[in-house]
Amino acid sequence: MESLFFTIVTVVAIISGILVITCKNPINNALSLVMTFFCLATYYVMLDAPFMAAVQVMVYAGAIMVLIVFTIMLLNIRVDATKSHTHKVIAGSIIGFFTLLNALFVILKSRAALPTGPYSGETIRQVGHTELIGKEMFTNFLLPFEATSILLLVAIIGAVILAKKKL
Amino acid sequence: MVSLNSYLLVSAVLFSLGTIGVLTRKNAIVIFMCIELMLNSVNLTFIALSRHLGNLDGQIFVLFVMTVAAAEAAVGLALMIAFYNNKETIDVDDVNMLKW
Repeated sequence: MESLFFTIVTVVAIISGILVITCKNPINNALSLVMTFFCLATYYVMLDAPFMAAVQVMVYAGAIMVLIVFTIMLLNIRVDATKSHTHKVIAGSIIGFFTLLNALFVILKSRAALPTGPYSGETIRQVGHTELIGKEMFTNFLLPFEATSILLLVAIIGAVILAKKKL
Repeated sequence: MVSLNSYLLVSAVLFSLGTIGVLTRKNAIVIFMCIELMLNSVNLTFIALSRHLGNLDGQIFVLFVMTVAAAEAAVGLALMIAFYNNKETIDVDDVNMLKW
């Protein structure tokens, strides 16, 4: 049952991934990308990470995609069917194909390390995923968490300065 | 129970699709979306391996990747708006002011 569900989600994810790179109209690309994000959120739920799924839907499918669609609408770019790709389609596809081959080789020829950490699926389901993430984040990863706030501040200031016509 | 390799394979396929998109498209916003696709496939790898290893560090890292992606979205789209104001286009082929 789970593997059947996984297959369905995988088919949807890959088809919408292909649509992201082939559609002519940027709005269609954006909607396909939202579909891919939802498929990834489904994977996260299947991997016992419901908090990550919620964050995925809120941050990616919500915030970032709204920003992208807003920019597409704001710029009102005309769709030019003949010029949507560069002339290097074949070269780019070959490079992407070799990337895939390389990744497949590494994945299929190597074995992942055996489980070492304390957080099995049982523990996560009993204690709660959000609580475990929160504990981990505010103890072991406190400094990166604080650094993130500075990064966001810089991004806000940078975006305002760049997008303004005259300061 | 779906094996770890299946998740890694899906992630590899999505990453390659993103690579092809970045290398072949001309519209800067579409290239940006392909980069988001690549970041997401890496996130899937992180979470699958984190689940396999029983270690939450990978999932914390995914949160940081999402933060960086959000910051990148804000700055990148602001750059595109600024560029559009100057050149009336966002084709990457027209961004060649530093070329000589």
